[in-house]
Amino acid sequence: MFASCADPASLEGLSWLMCYLTSGKHLLFYASFGTVLLLLIITAPIALLFGFGGAMASRSPFWPLRWFGKIYTSMVRGVPDIVFFLFVPIALDQGFEWMRHQVLCDSDAPVRQGNDFVVCAAAKLPLSASPPWVHDVYAVFLAVIAFAIVFGAFAANVLYGAMQAVPRAQLETAEAYGMNRRQVNRRILIPQMWTYALPGLSNLWMILIKATPLLFLLGVEDIVYWARELGGAKTSAFSYPHPDWRLYYFLGILVFYLLMTWVSEKILGRVTRRLSQGQATLAGEAQRKAGAL
Amino acid sequence: MSCSQTILDYGLRSIGIGERLLPKTDLNLCQQFTLIGSGLIWNVYFAFFALLIGFFVANALALAKASPSPWLRKPADAFIFLFRGSPLFIQFFVAYQLFVMLPRAGIEVFGMTVATNWLTKAWAGALVVLILNTAAYSAQIFYGALMAVPKGDIEAADAYGLTGWKRYRRIIWPTMMRLAWPSYTNEAIFLFHATTLVYFSAFPAFRQQGDSLYYASYFAGQTFNPFVAYPIVALYFIICTLILIGLFGIVNRRLNRHMPGATRKLKYRPQLIR
Repeated sequence: MFASCADPASLEGLSWLMCYLTSGKHLLFYASFGTVLLLLIITAPIALLFGFGGAMASRSPFWPLRWFGKIYTSMVRGVPDIVFFLFVPIALDQGFEWMRHQVLCDSDAPVRQGNDFVVCAAAKLPLSASPPWVHDVYAVFLAVIAFAIVFGAFAANVLYGAMQAVPRAQLETAEAYGMNRRQVNRRILIPQMWTYALPGLSNLWMILIKATPLLFLLGVEDIVYWARELGGAKTSAFSYPHPDWRLYYFLGILVFYLLMTWVSEKILGRVTRRLSQGQATLAGEAQRKAGAL
Repeated sequence: MSCSQTILDYGLRSIGIGERLLPKTDLNLCQQFTLIGSGLIWNVYFAFFALLIGFFVANALALAKASPSPWLRKPADAFIFLFRGSPLFIQFFVAYQLFVMLPRAGIEVFGMTVATNWLTKAWAGALVVLILNTAAYSAQIFYGALMAVPKGDIEAADAYGLTGWKRYRRIIWPTMMRLAWPSYTNEAIFLFHATTLVYFSAFPAFRQQGDSLYYASYFAGQTFNPFVAYPIVALYFIICTLILIGLFGIVNRRLNRHMPGATRKLKYRPQLIR
């Protein structure tokens, strides 16, 4: 990066470390922290949306929809989330390729031949001719979907509980005013439920942060990948030879996550206080009393 | 090859008994069920010992966290923050690197050589991490329950002249357990599910002796078909989770047996309290 780093072998001490930490691969390592944050920012709203859909579906009066919602919300209860993280990306990938195979290929050959999954070249996703970044983006896309499905199911649990927690009397009052089902949902239920949902959602956010290193399992070049890559012992064939430093890299990642959870805890604490203002809950009542003094 | 022969060959493959080579071609359902089930031994092993030892550590930590002395409280707080604030996946990596860095020949303590080699193996190293992890999460739950013990209970104990250890053992601890139990059940399920991470993190599977998810991903890789192996793992885990809930429900009934209004049924609602 710097001109003085042209010949690493001649460097020593602090300047060596400076050059080492700004080498091209290290810049990629720092960028991968951005990948993690990006995943969090993209996944959280999608998961919330999935969760909202799941929770609404399990309250639906139409039974097939209700059953779908119930199954979706309960699927994460008994099965480890890692199973889904391994299963969903492959399943989706094969699903997409199978559909494209039906449309784009004119061969009648079955997709599954023994232990192989064969589609014609035109149905490959991404196309083998496409540039490497398309492959990377596709991998991240599958990861986002996998995360959204799992955390959507978690969120659906939380939101369903929150909807049940909204006092019945409030909904009945709304009905007494002549509102129909949709109006009750939109005007009373949804605005009221957030204060009940927030403890669960905060928890979920923490779990989501702590699940991001699992990106590594999905083959995305994330921080764990780079920590293993950069930290491993380098012989003198490399420009910056060093012994096995993986421990320090992983300790760095550990500190990164501790900071993330610590900051989130502070922010979520503030949001909780803000949301319980004027609510008919213990926290809201405490705030009212403190204000009245 | 018949299915019973497969079970004989691979039923205990995950602990190194039976056929050495994993099946490679003509994989049938029986082989997948057998091998994945055999891997479940490791999941149960990790979960059982982590919960058993972690339980005692967590009790000590919860008491330390509630202690008025900062010399006890601060380290307990730091420990709980460290293990609850970082991903288990990263904890596995850090611990493994730490264990690898220990001198191979062992450490000299008072003239005796303490072997450290076994810590780099999954059965011990990963178990240590899981114990510390569940101890931190459970300690937070127990601490919350300890703070929620009704004041009247303690006053009544004082009135009867119970003090110190006796008061803790007879009054405070049973109530604390009773209050903490639903959340603790939740934590136990989380921990059981987390055992699938062991062989996907830093710890290598020695001679392909892994847990159920390790074998499932092996099959998914061999057949390039995720729609068989992963649902089998899911099925096994659903059954185990139900058994776990049943066992914790028995304890819950015992803890609540003196309460009026019959015993509360322990419903598994994942409160996502982790």
